[in-house]
Order: sequence, then structure tokens, then C-alpha cells
Amino acid sequence: MDFELTKQQKLARHLSRDFAQQEREPRAQELDATMEFPREALKKMAGLGFMGISIPKEYGGAGLDTVSYTLIIEELARACASTAIIVAVHNSVCAYPIHLLGTEEQKQKYLIPLARGQKLGAFALTEPNAGSDPASMETTAELQGKHYILNGTKIFITSGSSADIVIVMASTDRARRGRGITSFIVEKGLKGFSVGKKEDKLGIRGSDTCELIFENCAVPVENVLGSPGEGLTSAFTTLDTGRIGVGAQALGVAQAALDESVRYSKERKQFGKPLANFQAIQWMIADMATEIAAARFLVHRAAWLKDQGRPFSTEGSMAKLYASEVAMRAALKAVQIHGGYGCMKDYKVERFLRDAKVIEIAHLCAIFSGFAKF
Amino acid sequence: MTKKKDLHIIVTIKQVPDTHEVRIDPKTNSLIREGVPSIVNPEDLNAVEAALQLREKHGGSITIITMGPPQAEDALAEALAMGADRAVLLTDRAFAGADTLVTAFTLSRVIRKLDAFQLIICGRQAIDGDTAQVGPQLAGFLNIPQVTYATKLARKDSILTAERSLEDTMETVQVKLPALVTVTGDINQPRNMSLYNIIDACSGSRITRWQAKDLDVPHDMLGLSSLRIAHLGEKNLHARAAEKGDDYPRQ
Ligand SMILES: Cc1cc2nc3c(=O)[nH]c(=O)nc-3n(C[C@H](O)[C@H](O)[C@H](O)COP(=O)(O)OP(=O)(O)OC[C@H]3O[C@@H](n4cnc5c(N)ncnc54)[C@H](O)[C@@H]3O)c2cc1C
Ligand SMILES: Cc1cc2nc3c(=O)[nH]c(=O)nc-3n(C[C@H](O)[C@H](O)[C@H](O)COP(=O)(O)OP(=O)(O)OC[C@H]3O[C@@H](n4cnc5c(N)ncnc54)[C@H](O)[C@@H]3O)c2cc1C
Repeated sequence: MDFELTKQQKLARHLSRDFAQQEREPRAQELDATMEFPREALKKMAGLGFMGISIPKEYGGAGLDTVSYTLIIEELARACASTAIIVAVHNSVCAYPIHLLGTEEQKQKYLIPLARGQKLGAFALTEPNAGSDPASMETTAELQGKHYILNGTKIFITSGSSADIVIVMASTDRARRGRGITSFIVEKGLKGFSVGKKEDKLGIRGSDTCELIFENCAVPVENVLGSPGEGLTSAFTTLDTGRIGVGAQALGVAQAALDESVRYSKERKQFGKPLANFQAIQWMIADMATEIAAARFLVHRAAWLKDQGRPFSTEGSMAKLYASEVAMRAALKAVQIHGGYGCMKDYKVERFLRDAKVIEIAHLCAIFSGFAKF
Repeated sequence: MTKKKDLHIIVTIKQVPDTHEVRIDPKTNSLIREGVPSIVNPEDLNAVEAALQLREKHGGSITIITMGPPQAEDALAEALAMGADRAVLLTDRAFAGADTLVTAFTLSRVIRKLDAFQLIICGRQAIDGDTAQVGPQLAGFLNIPQVTYATKLARKDSILTAERSLEDTMETVQVKLPALVTVTGDINQPRNMSLYNIIDACSGSRITRWQAKDLDVPHDMLGLSSLRIAHLGEKNLHARAAEKGDDYPRQ
């Protein structure tokens, strides 16, 4: 049994904490208010390796392990949850599946620019009538010669309007439901592919969430990712990894809520004493700290299992479930500790509460692993 | 292949406790480091950044040196993750408690063991001691010119032009390389480390480890075994260094 992070992991955390606190934390509030996509920051992050964290060096990535990945995402989310989510989606459900399933040609053409951060990635599964139950999706892909013709609408797609490369799931055989779904690598700019409504969200407002529309969009057959009919199976594998990252995002928000609560309760005085002197406040802070530590162990264990090449689907789901609920509870307590100030937009905890709720609901289907029947 | 205009730079860095509330052990007059997280001395990061900028312009290499406990390797890893080429860790129980003069002397012995260099860059001073002595003493031991408190550096052939920030004036000086400069926090904004460099920086393959026995340092120049900080002033040490026939800083 060893609870110690490796040198590499510690340095990855140190690096991402420095970067996130210097560059992202000061802008998080503005991002939330304006819903402005952090394009400049992503450019800088690309140069530092954030867009290919676990992709091998020969494909343009930093080649780090999954535990490091969770540490990095946690530190980003602690500073700015929107930034963390854009980076996590790009890494875990766009670059990673291409690394896992892509042909050498696909890796050369798509993975390298993704990992280097020259292109931004997204993942499109959800539809208006297919959320928790993706097997019921209605987007179709029909084979015509050397192309698949895509028709349908995806919704709630993270980085939908900003992404250059989108992994799109479509049904190639509706009769077979979940076993008739295929993944495609679709490039922005393809004829018949357009961006629809951009959502105005509760939280994570710096990350754009969009509708993607496919109208007779011809995708070359060589852009099928993995085998036809196995899109959903591979999506589930990808989403297992994605879920570890969602757990890490939740951890970051929870930790930020704790940081602010500790700081505020030492500063704020009522009844002649700092709030931190009241036992009711101490209990809240103790609960937050304990739950965060437990959630962190779950997230790190899931990541560690993956790094060992062992099954981690159940542990990843537990980590995501527990960490996102911990983030909600921590954010609620943080608002409580801030009293009236916690309801105001001038205080960060107000944002943390909104971000935590979106992380809990969104992101890659909370109930996928346990319930999905296909 | 190294080209003639390449600039080979040595940067000395120090790991320091991450706090201004340093506690002192009343018995030894040394800092109590236990339980205090360590960071790279802030102005040493400016020194690394200055070196990186010069290398970007002129080519060459950057070697980082630190003297400290085995954990000081973390400080080296950080400088490597910023983009330095290689590092030397000097670690030995015999170095424990070394004061600035002993440190500077030891560093000078390390530098003599390394390949030829054109420039040494040090941070102005360490936040745990605020002495600003090591850089100037090191230049003295190596018998090379020094420029302290630099806020701007430019190199042309074998001439380095530096702006110096003095109490109430700025001064521009030129110095012939090889030379030593100390830089202040105003010279630049140190860059972030890169995830791309992490594996390499932590692999240990770029770090050379030396102990006292690897260096030509007289035994009684080492550490607290022969020095008591408050009572043995620099004068005494200079005198002793001179007695032993070692070169020491010329004023
Ligand atoms: C900010 C944000 C970003 C997103 N990014 C992406 C993205 O990048 N790509 C993408 O493809 N999708 C994305 N999504 C979509 C997200 O994955 C879905 O919202 C999620 O899968 C839930 O689907 P739904 O919204 O249709 O809810 P529904 O499936 O309608 O579920 C509504 C509620 O019913 C519950 N429920 C559903 N079925 C059952 C059941 N059998 N038993 C018990 N309870 C059940 C759910 O848990 C939920 O509480 C994003 C969503 C958000 C909010
Ligand atoms: C939308 C809104 C409208 C409002 N409208 C009005 C209004 O019309 N008129 C008006 O006068 N005020 C108004 N208020 C102010 C409101 O009454 C105060 O916010 C409330 O009294 C809490 O005070 P506080 O915000 O200073 O929190 P604090 O008193 O600083 O409390 C912060 C936290 O510490 C806890 N705490 C404080 N003391 C102790 C203790 N001794 N032991 C244990 N825990 C403690 C609190 O329960 C809280 O969780 C409004 C506030 C809001 C958010």
C-alpha cells in the first residue's frame, strides 16, 4: 500500500497549480459573467502540454499517467471549472479515443494536432430524445459509396461551436439499436455540418455548450473510428476514462469551496469573534475536508487502476458519483458559511454552487455505467 | 555541435522554505526546515528565466546547480521542467549548515569541474537569508567580473550589457565574458513549467549528483563542523582560507 504520489505526479500538480492560480483563477469570474470562450488561454496551455496530457510523446502529447491527469484537471477546476472542462473533454473523450481506437493514418491526421493543441476536440453523443439512454439515438449515418451520409441533431455538446474535430456517434443500423451505432471523426467545415443553438447555462458558463446539426453531411469512410456498429461500446470505454476526469473536476470545485470557506471564516467576525471560532462552522469545514479527502482517494484509485491496466469502470463511476455529490455539498456549505455574501456574485462561492450542480448533472451521463442496456 | 556564438550558462538555485515566518533554532542559529514546504527561491527562478531567454536568442546550454539536502532535487526538476538542459545536485551531510562563504566556495569547485561556461546567473538573494552574498563571493572565488542587481541583460559577442537597479538610480554597465550576474525579481516574469518536460525532468537522467568527496574542498571548509555562524564572522573565514592558501574574494 502506498499513498505517496510519484515525483512526476507531484511536479505535474505543482505545475498545473502554478499555472491555474496565476492565469485562470483571476479570470474565472469574468468568464462566468461573459460566457466568453478562453481561446487565448487554450493557446498558451497548448504550448505547455495541457491538450495532450496522457497522449504519448510520439503523437504530440506529454505522455503522463492518468493519476497526473486527475491532479492537473483538479487544479484547473479549483481555479476555473470552465477551463478544466474544456481541457478534460478535449483530452479524455476526443484525443483519447482516437489514440485508443484510431488507425495510424487517423492518429497522424487528427491526434497529433489535437495533442499539440492546434485543434480543439469535442464529443457528440447526446440528442434531444437520447440523453441517459443513448442507444435510442436518432442521428443516422447511411453508407453511400465512399461516404457515410449523416443526418440528425446533437445537443449539449461541450466546445460545440469552438471545436475543430468532433467525434460523432450515429446509428448505422437502427434495428440493432445500441449495437448499430458507429463513431465518426468529423471535421468542422464539412458541408452539411453546422452549429445551432448555444446554450445559456446555470454554471460552467465559460465552456460553450451547443447544438450540432447534420444535414446530408458526407463523412469519408476512412473517418470511421473503430469498427462500425461498435460506436457505443467504445464510447462507454472512453466515457469510463472521462468519468475519472469528471470526478477530478468535481474535486477541484469542492477544494475551492473549502479554500474559500476557511479563508472567509477566519476573516469574518460576528459576535466579536471570527466565524471560524464557532463550532457550527468548524463542523461544516471538518465535514467538507473529510469528504474531499475521501473523494480524492476514490478518484486517485480509479486513475491508478487504469494506469495499472486493470478494470476501473466501477471505481471510476463511484469516483464520479461521490466526488460530484461532495462538490455539491461543499459548495452549499461554502455559501452557507458566507451568509448573505454567499448569495452575491461578488463572492466566488456563488459560482462554485452553480458549477458544482452542472458538473453533477452534465458530463457524460451520470447513470451510464450502471443502467445502460443495449 | 557547439557553435562559437553559443552561450553556455550556469544558473545557481536554492531551495528555500515557503514562508516568511522562518523559525530559527536558538541552539544552532540555523533555520528549522522541518514541516515547512519548500520552493525554489523566487529570484532564482528569474535567473533561470533570464538564462532561457538568452539561450533562445544565442543558442547554447543551461546547467543548473544547487547545493542542498537530497530533496533539493525537486528544485532542479522544476528548473528542468522550465527548460534547462541539465543539473548538478551537490548533496552531502558535510555540507549541512554551510554559510554563504562556504557555499560560494563549494559552488566554485563544482563549476571548475564542469565544462567551460561564458556566464553564471544567480538570483540576487535568497528569501531565507537575504544576504545577497553567494553570487559576489562565487565571482570572487572564480576570479571573474561580476554585475549585481541586473534588471536587463543583452549579449553581443563576448560583451554582456546589463542594466542595474540601484537604490535610487539605474546604471548600464558592460562586462566581458565570462562573468557572473545576479538578477532581481524585476528582470522578467519566470515562465511556467511545461508538462512536456515533466517525464524527462523527473527521470533523474539529466541530474548529476556529487558529494564532498567528488570535489576538491578542504575538509575544514565544510559545514557547521568547523563554522559557527554567529561567532565566526566572515573575516575569520577569509583569514583561514588565506592561511590555507586558497583564493578568496578580492574586494
Ligand atoms: C454542461 C453540459 C455539457 C454536456 N456536454 C456533453 C458533451 O460534450 N457531449 C455529449 O454527448 N453530451 C453532453 N452533455 C449531455 C449530458 O451527457 C446529458 O445531459 C446527460 O447524459 C443526461 O441526459 P439528459 O439531459 O437527456 O437527461 P435525461 O436522460 O432526460 O435524464 C433526466 C433525469 O432522469 C434520470 N434518469 C434517466 N433515466 C433514468 C433511469 N433509467 N432510472 C432512473 N433515473 C433516470 C437522470 O438521472 C436525470 O436525473 C452535456 C450536458 C451538460 C449539462
Ligand atoms: C437576498 C437578501 C436580501 C436581504 N434583505 C435584507 C433586508 O431587507 N434587510 C436587512 O436588514 N437585511 C437583509 N439581508 C441581510 C440578511 O439578513 C443577512 O444576510 C443575514 O442576517 C446573515 O447575515 P450575514 O450575511 O452578515 O452572515 P453572517 O452573520 O456573517 O453569518 C455567516 C455564517 O455564519 C453563521 N454564524 C454567524 N454567527 C454564528 C454563531 N454565533 N454560531 C454559529 N454560526 C454562526 C451564520 O449562520 C452563517 O452561516 C438580506 C440578505 C439577502 C441575501
